[in-house]
Amino acid sequence: MHMADALLSPAVGATMWVASGALLAFSARQLRERGEDHLVPLMGVLGAFVFAAQMINFAIPATGSSGHLGGGLLLAILLGPHAAFIVIASVLTVQALFFADGGLLALGANIFNLGVFPCFIAYPLVYRLVAGAAGSPGRIVAGSVAAAVVGLQLGSLAVVCQTVASGISSLPFGSFLLLMQPIHLAIGVVEGLATAAVVLFVRRARPDLLAPPPVPAAAAAPEPGMLRPLVAGLAVAAVAAGGVLSWFASSQPDGLEWSIERVAGEEGLPEAGTGVHGALAALQDRLSFLPDYGLPADAQPEVPEAAADAAWPVVDPGTSLAGVVGGAITLCMVWLVTLLMRRRR
Amino acid sequence: MSHHIVEARDLRYAYPDGTPALCGVSFRIHHGEAVGVVGANGAGKSTLLLQLNGLLEPASGEVRIGDVALSRNTRAQVHRSVGFVFQDPDDQLFMPTVFEDVAFGPLNLGLSEDEVRARVTSALETVGCPQLAGRAPYHLSGGEKRAVAIAGVLAMTPSILVLDEPSAGLDPAARRRLIGLLGSFTHTRIIATHDLDLVLEVCSRVLVMHQGELRADGEPRRIFSDVTLLARCGLEPPLGWQAALPVPR
Amino acid sequence: MSHIDAALRDLRSLESLARRDTPLAQVDPRAKLVATLAFIVAVVSFDRYTVAALLPFAAYPAVLAAMAEVPWRLLVRKLLIAAPFAVMVGLFNPLLDSAPQLVLGSIPVSGGWLSFASILLRFALTVSAALVLVATTGLYPLCVALGRLGVPWVFTNQLLFLFRYAFVLGGEASRMATARLLRANGRPLRLASYGPLVGHLLLRSLERAQRVHQAMVARGFDGRLRSHRQLRWTARDSVFVLGWCGFFLLARSVNLPQWLGEVAGA
Repeated sequence: MHMADALLSPAVGATMWVASGALLAFSARQLRERGEDHLVPLMGVLGAFVFAAQMINFAIPATGSSGHLGGGLLLAILLGPHAAFIVIASVLTVQALFFADGGLLALGANIFNLGVFPCFIAYPLVYRLVAGAAGSPGRIVAGSVAAAVVGLQLGSLAVVCQTVASGISSLPFGSFLLLMQPIHLAIGVVEGLATAAVVLFVRRARPDLLAPPPVPAAAAAPEPGMLRPLVAGLAVAAVAAGGVLSWFASSQPDGLEWSIERVAGEEGLPEAGTGVHGALAALQDRLSFLPDYGLPADAQPEVPEAAADAAWPVVDPGTSLAGVVGGAITLCMVWLVTLLMRRRR
Repeated sequence: MSHHIVEARDLRYAYPDGTPALCGVSFRIHHGEAVGVVGANGAGKSTLLLQLNGLLEPASGEVRIGDVALSRNTRAQVHRSVGFVFQDPDDQLFMPTVFEDVAFGPLNLGLSEDEVRARVTSALETVGCPQLAGRAPYHLSGGEKRAVAIAGVLAMTPSILVLDEPSAGLDPAARRRLIGLLGSFTHTRIIATHDLDLVLEVCSRVLVMHQGELRADGEPRRIFSDVTLLARCGLEPPLGWQAALPVPR
Repeated sequence: MSHIDAALRDLRSLESLARRDTPLAQVDPRAKLVATLAFIVAVVSFDRYTVAALLPFAAYPAVLAAMAEVPWRLLVRKLLIAAPFAVMVGLFNPLLDSAPQLVLGSIPVSGGWLSFASILLRFALTVSAALVLVATTGLYPLCVALGRLGVPWVFTNQLLFLFRYAFVLGGEASRMATARLLRANGRPLRLASYGPLVGHLLLRSLERAQRVHQAMVARGFDGRLRSHRQLRWTARDSVFVLGWCGFFLLARSVNLPQWLGEVAGA
C-alpha cells in the first residue's frame, strides 16, 4: 500500500526522507566499494523486470481476486540486500514520478516501508534462516511466505504509524491497525507464494543463479555485512520515530488538545442533551453523514450560538462565507491566468 | 597496416553446460576485407564473434588482432580497435538519449568534451541520423536503432567492425540503407548473418560455419553455388538467385 | 496484457511532453525540483481542516501545466487512477469526526468533511505538481539535477537504466502475457503457471543484463558512467525559484481567498 502525500505532515515526511536517504547513501557506498561493474546493468534490468512483473496478475482461487509480485523480497534473494534496496527504491521513484503512486513527499516513507523491511529485515533475518543456503522447495516456500508476511506486516504497521503521527486522517491508531494488518497478512501470503513460485522456477532452470549466494563478493562476509546496515537502519528508524513524535507533540499541541476536548465533549453529551447544544450536536451527527440535508428553518438562527460554544472551535459564519466566496474567486483567477497563457501560445 | 589483421588460431570453446560451440576454428582476415559469417542457428556464429572481441574467452586457441594476442590484459586495448555491433540494438542502446549513447564510448576513452561532441556528430552523420541526437532510444524505429547502434561503435573509431545479424528485423528500405552503409565503409568488416543476399552485395569473402566448425572459406558467389555444401550446413542459396515464386491467382 | 501497454504508453507520453521545446523546458531542472519540493512542503504543512487557504496553491501546477501545454485530461486521468488510498483513508474522517467546524450560510459542516476535502485537495495538488514536474522536465534532466544536488550516482543511474529497460521488458512481459491469453481459453492465470511465466521473464532479463554489460564493456565501460551533460544556472532560474517560493510563503501566511472574499463582500 503506497503512502500518500495527502496523508503526511511535513515533519513525518521529512523524517522518513532522511531515514530512507541515509540508507540509500549507505547502500550505494557499499556497492561502490564492492566495485562490481556488472551490477550497473544487472540492477537496472532487474528494476525494469520488477516494474513489468508487477503488472502480471495471477488469479487467487476461490476469492475472485488477483495478486502480483511486489518484488522486494525476490530482489533481495537475487541481489543481496544493498543492491535490492536501491533497485526497489528506483522502482518506487519511477512509480511516484510517472504514475502518481504516493507522491514525492511520501516517497521517503514508501521507500522505507516497501524497501527497508523486505531487504534489510525480512530477507536476512527470516528468509535466510528459514530457507537456508541451499533450501529444499518446501523450505523456500516457507521462507518466502514467512519473510513476505513479516516484511508486509512491518510495512503496513509503518504506514499506520506514519499516518497517525501525521494527524491528517482521523483514524485512531487501533482501528487503523485492525484495518491494515489483516489485509496485509493476506497480501503477504500472496507475495510469498508468488516469490516462491518464481524462485523455484529459477532454481530448476538455472540453479547457478541462486546458490551459492547470488552475489559472490558479498558472500565472503555476509553476516557482519548484513548486521551493520540492519543496526544502522534500526538506529535511524528509532531516531526518526523519536523526532517525529517530539515534533508532532511540539508543533501540533492544538490538534492534540482539540481531539482530547472533542472526546471529552462527546462524553459530556448526555448531560447537555436537553439544551440547544445537545439537540444540535445530535443533528450534526446526522448531518455529517448526510450533508445534503437542509437544516430545519427554526434551528437556523441558533447555529452560530451553538457553534460558538467553547467546546468547539470558534466558527464565524461570516468568515466561512468569505472563505467560500474568496475560494471561488481564487479558482476563477487561476483558471483565467492559465487560460490566458494557453491562448497566448 | 598489420594491426588490422584479424587472426583466429584453432579456437575452441564449450558452453558452461559442456556443449561444444567452437571446435578448432582458424582463419586470417586482412585489412579492409568484408567477410560474411553464415551458418544455421546454433552453428557457432555468435560465439565466434564474441571471441573476436574478448567478450568470451576461448577454452584453447588464440585470437590475434594485429600484433596483439587477445587476453584479459589486452582486452581494453582490443576494444578500441574492434567495434562490436550487437544483434539486438536494445542491448546496446542503454543511455537515456541517442547523443549520450553514441558519446558513451568516446567518454570512456577519456576524450575532451569538444572531441566527444565532434565524434558523436560525425558518427551520426555517417549513419545518416544527425536529427536523432536528442531522441530517447525507445522512440526509435528498428532501422533507426540499428543505425544509432552502429554510430555508437563508429564513434570509438575502430579499424575493425564486427556485426551480429545487422539486417535482422529491418524493413526492406532500412535493410537497403544498411547495405549501402556497410558497403561504404573502409573498415575491416566481419558480418554474421542469415541474409545471404546481403553477403553477396557487401562481402568479398564468406566463412560457412556448421556445428562449431569452419566448413568453407572463399568467394561468396563460388560458395553459394555449391548447393550440396549449403544444404549440408542447413542453408539455402541467396533468395535473389532462387526462381521467382509463382504468383498465386 | 493491455494494461502493461497502457502503462508503457503513459511513461512514454509524459516523457515526450518533456522533450518539447517549451519555455519551461529551458528552466534548470534543479530550479523546478526545488520549487516543486517547496510547493509540496507548503501544501502539506497546513492544518488538517484547511480548505480555502489551499486553493491559491493550485496556481503552481496550473500555470506550469499551461506554460508547458500539458493536457488537462492527462493530469485528471492520472489523478483519478492514483486516488484510491488517500480517498479510502480520508473517507473515515467524516465518519469519525463529526464536530461542526464551520457554517456555510446556514449549513454546519463537520470537521470530518472539512478534513476529507482538505485531504482530497492536498492529494490533487501534490500529485499534479509531481506529474507536471516530470512532464516539463523529463527523467534524464531530473536525474542530472538529482546528481548535482548530491544524490549518489548509483541511484540516479539505476533510475535511468530502469526507465530505459522498462520499455524493453514491459514489451516482453506484454507479449508473453498476450501469448498465454490467446491459448488460455479463458482460464485465469494460476500460481502454477505464474511461476514459470514470470520466471522466464526473469531469466530473459538476466540474460539481457549480461548482454548489456558486454555491450558496455565493449565500449570501454569500467564501472563508472560518465556524462557530458552540463547544467547552467541562470538568473532566470533564480527568478523562477524565488518567485514561486515567495508566492508559496505569501499563500502560506495569508489566507488569500478569505481576504478576497472579505474584500468582495465589503
